[in-house]
Amino acid sequence: MTAATTAINGNINGEWYLALAAVLFAIGAFGLLIRRNVLVMFMCVELMLNAANLTFVTFANMLHDIGGQVLVFFVLVVAAAEVVVGLGIVVAIFRRRASATADDFHLMKG
Amino acid sequence: MLHVTYLIILLPLAGFAVQVLFGRRLGDPLAGAVATLFVAASFVVSVGVFFNLLSQPGSVRSFNQNLWTWIPVGGLQVHAGLYVDPLSMTMVLFVTGISALIHLYSIGYMKGDRDYPKFFLYMNLFVASMLILVLGNNLLATYVGWEGVGTCSYLLVAFWFTRESAAAAGKKAFIYNRIGDAGFIAAVFLTFDKVGSVDYTTIFANLGKIGAGNITAICLLLLVGVAAKSAQIPLFPWLADAMEGPTPVSALIHAATMVTAGVYLLCRINPLLHASPDAAWTVAIIGAVTAFVAATIACAQDDIKKVLAYSTISQLGYMVLAIGSGAYEAAIFLMVAHAFFKGLLFLGAGSVIHGLHDEQDLKRMGNLRIYMPITFVTFAVGWLAIAGVPPLSGFWAKGDILENTWAAHPALWAIGLATAVLTAYYMSRLTGLAFFGKDRWKNQVPIDAATDFADAHHAEGAIPEPHESKWVMTLPLIVLAVLAAAGGVMAFATPHLSLAHWVDPVFTGTLYNDHESTSTLWKLGTLDGVVAVIGVFIGLRLWITRAERPKLEWAFLRHSWYINELFDAVIGRPGTRLAEFSSTVIEDKVIDGAVNGTATLVRRTGGQLKRVQTGYVRNYALWIVVGVVVLFGFMLSRVWWS
Repeated sequence: MTAATTAINGNINGEWYLALAAVLFAIGAFGLLIRRNVLVMFMCVELMLNAANLTFVTFANMLHDIGGQVLVFFVLVVAAAEVVVGLGIVVAIFRRRASATADDFHLMKG
Repeated sequence: MLHVTYLIILLPLAGFAVQVLFGRRLGDPLAGAVATLFVAASFVVSVGVFFNLLSQPGSVRSFNQNLWTWIPVGGLQVHAGLYVDPLSMTMVLFVTGISALIHLYSIGYMKGDRDYPKFFLYMNLFVASMLILVLGNNLLATYVGWEGVGTCSYLLVAFWFTRESAAAAGKKAFIYNRIGDAGFIAAVFLTFDKVGSVDYTTIFANLGKIGAGNITAICLLLLVGVAAKSAQIPLFPWLADAMEGPTPVSALIHAATMVTAGVYLLCRINPLLHASPDAAWTVAIIGAVTAFVAATIACAQDDIKKVLAYSTISQLGYMVLAIGSGAYEAAIFLMVAHAFFKGLLFLGAGSVIHGLHDEQDLKRMGNLRIYMPITFVTFAVGWLAIAGVPPLSGFWAKGDILENTWAAHPALWAIGLATAVLTAYYMSRLTGLAFFGKDRWKNQVPIDAATDFADAHHAEGAIPEPHESKWVMTLPLIVLAVLAAAGGVMAFATPHLSLAHWVDPVFTGTLYNDHESTSTLWKLGTLDGVVAVIGVFIGLRLWITRAERPKLEWAFLRHSWYINELFDAVIGRPGTRLAEFSSTVIEDKVIDGAVNGTATLVRRTGGQLKRVQTGYVRNYALWIVVGVVVLFGFMLSRVWWS
């Protein structure tokens, strides 16, 4: 696994990027779980997606495989589409309720 | 003419179609006349075919015609085919001839009935079905006719279905016949399994393939069908109840034609019976017992049609006995003669019932010979013919059978002779009560529901003076009386022209040596004639003077040996109990329990599981995270421990 330990930009190892991505992902996940504001939860989801993107890019660089970078573009496109729909829903909810707390919406309770 | 044999079936079928389409518009009496014409035309074609067949040499008198392939399924190739030979020709002739006469009679008898066209519609369909039964060249074609006549029998017995008893009698006839049909179709299956074909000629050519045990099985299964259709023990009670139908129906279907279908079938499969002496013995014993039992019952019935019904069962027993004894020709002889005199007797009884305004109780008749002379004279011919008084047709036919049973086994002959005495006695009792004695119909008889049989038929109060029936009703009586009187010529015209000689090529041979010496034949014949005259004498002597003789009418016989009660106790009531058990226990507890149990299980499980669905997004997110962590943990553990 010599590729995995190859330095990027001279002195920073790929592991650091991966660790940063993991931290970002964890922050996003915890944020999603503990925050109630719908917009903040949305931002947390974006954080997790971008953490994944960072992982892809890092591995692409480390393994010299362009596939990882290509995949990032797909994720970005999907994320953009998701934001359009998601924000649309959020705006619709705001208009009806004037509130952005996720716990107010539990119509799907069994 | 042989190539237009299908017309014989097609004409009554066309009559049926005409009645279906235009019956209501034709109305009364035109519908009846049209129906009669179609059947009469069928008779004319039959006569043509008959002479065509007669013109051929004796040994090759048969004609097989496959009209089209009816069921082409792999190895099973069933043709819609006709088979004309002396046996089927004899049947066709008397079926179409008597049907035409009875259709003519019905024009008068059914006059004013609410469903006049419908009656003729059913009658034409019946004639067509009966002819399919007779002319079919394979077991399945015969089966189609067999079912068709059964259906028409049901429809016509229950023709006055608004009367509770008629509806019940129709159902009874249908159910008893279903039992027989099951036996018949099982025999067809077994035959196909062994031979690979249901054509009669193929079956008879491949008897060796079937094996002795299977031949007996096929014969006995067919015998179940025969017992139901021809009212043999133990499946005979339906025929007595079938008298609920209009009298022409009783005459045509339940005396002359349909009930002889069983006898015809046994004749048709004679090579099988010939190959299985066990089956032949069973047939003979069932026939003998039926003949005797039914004759005893007929001695104690009050309803004129019931007497004739049990008499029919008894005569059918004779025919079956003859077949079991190997005397097929004698059976056919009696079948034809019986069609003449029993058809005559039923039509005569119908004329009496008509004249007495629907009174059927013999005890309320009497002295009718003064009021209905034509009916009386013709009825008397039928009475003496069935009693076996020489030289009328019954004497020759019955003598032929008794002589053959003597050759088969003296015990069978003894039962047959005892039945002959009883036959002469009960027919004379009937005639004595109806046509001789006092004018009992003048009496104002209160109807006592307690002592009456539930199914007795009564005219209300005093009966107006009887009158002779119109020509459409008396003409068939006269024709049939001539035939019943002169039917004996079929036995001995000349050896070359006799009925026995005519049908002989159909049969492979007799089971027993029936070539008795001439002196034995003379002795047996004389004995038959003497017992017939004695029976007639006793019957008349007893019943002309008095109408009530309780000592001679045992309750045991009045109730038909309690056979209905027996079936009710053995099959009816346990069956009802089983049905009740099924409806209250199996249906309510087992089936409903299983269905409701499944529903409850699903509902309760759902009730518990729905708590998982909180509706809070964070809960779902948490579960996703937990799932991801668990999956990662699993994958990492695999990496570490590998």
